[in-house]
Amino acid sequence: MASRKGLGDEGSAPVPHVLAVDDSPVDRAVIAGILRSSRFRVTAVESGKRALELLGTEPNVSMIITDYWMPEMTGYELLKKVKESSRLKEIPVVIMSSENVPTRINRCLEEGAEDFLLKPVRPADVSRLCSRVLR
Amino acid sequence: MRNLRLNSDSRRAARGDRAGALIRTGRILSRLGYLDEQFCQVEDLQDEASPNFAEEVATLFFKDSARLISNVEQALEKYPKDFNRWDAYMQQLKGSCSSIGASRMKSECMSFRDYCGQGNVEGCMRSFHKVKREHGALRQKLEAYFQLLRQAGPAGAATRPGM
Repeated sequence: MASRKGLGDEGSAPVPHVLAVDDSPVDRAVIAGILRSSRFRVTAVESGKRALELLGTEPNVSMIITDYWMPEMTGYELLKKVKESSRLKEIPVVIMSSENVPTRINRCLEEGAEDFLLKPVRPADVSRLCSRVLR
Repeated sequence: MRNLRLNSDSRRAARGDRAGALIRTGRILSRLGYLDEQFCQVEDLQDEASPNFAEEVATLFFKDSARLISNVEQALEKYPKDFNRWDAYMQQLKGSCSSIGASRMKSECMSFRDYCGQGNVEGCMRSFHKVKREHGALRQKLEAYFQLLRQAGPAGAATRPGM
């Protein structure tokens, strides 16, 4: 798990904490790098299961950005679990995928996903998204 | 004093040579299609806190892609004509290529997936061979590029070629 501390000054508003979930180490590094460059605190994990474990212990996750296709638990399944939890359901969830499948996108949005990003994710995509969702 | 000036001139010339080599290498990688705009996006994420971010991501890519290529290779051997399985493994590799901007490799991955869709074993084998070849070529070229970057130092990073 990779974590980057936010850069907020002492006494200022807390820096948003984004949880990135992706089984690909390359994609995890890139999305973490993009979020870090936007001055967010980032924790990157490799599976939905790890994400739920972290959500159980970390009280202040501001947003979850997750890959769709992951072994054992897909991003869609993670989304459902988050939205079914009274404690977690307010956390915005963004889904990423390398495939543009309209039925998949609609299904995620109907389940409560905040947005759906196509990979490769660009800094401009994340910046626009975070501006809308977090600020 | 004259010797000092000569040494200083030599050092300047050497730095200039390295910067020039760096720019030429970067342009070659781009012009030959090895890397696309996504690689520039990754390089642009470098800052004082992560000055070697692109090289770190490249290292992760080559480690992960070697594993994914091995998965495909084993699947081709152990699961004859299991095009769905072959395609699923190659999809992962293609995704990784996209994320770092490895455009030629990605193109060969897509070719492989097309052959899977057609149920063409020979086509799959041919394109998989090309995937491995592109993987090796890209690794060589990126290693050279990052070595040049290291030699050029911070000044070289500032003159990094836009791809």
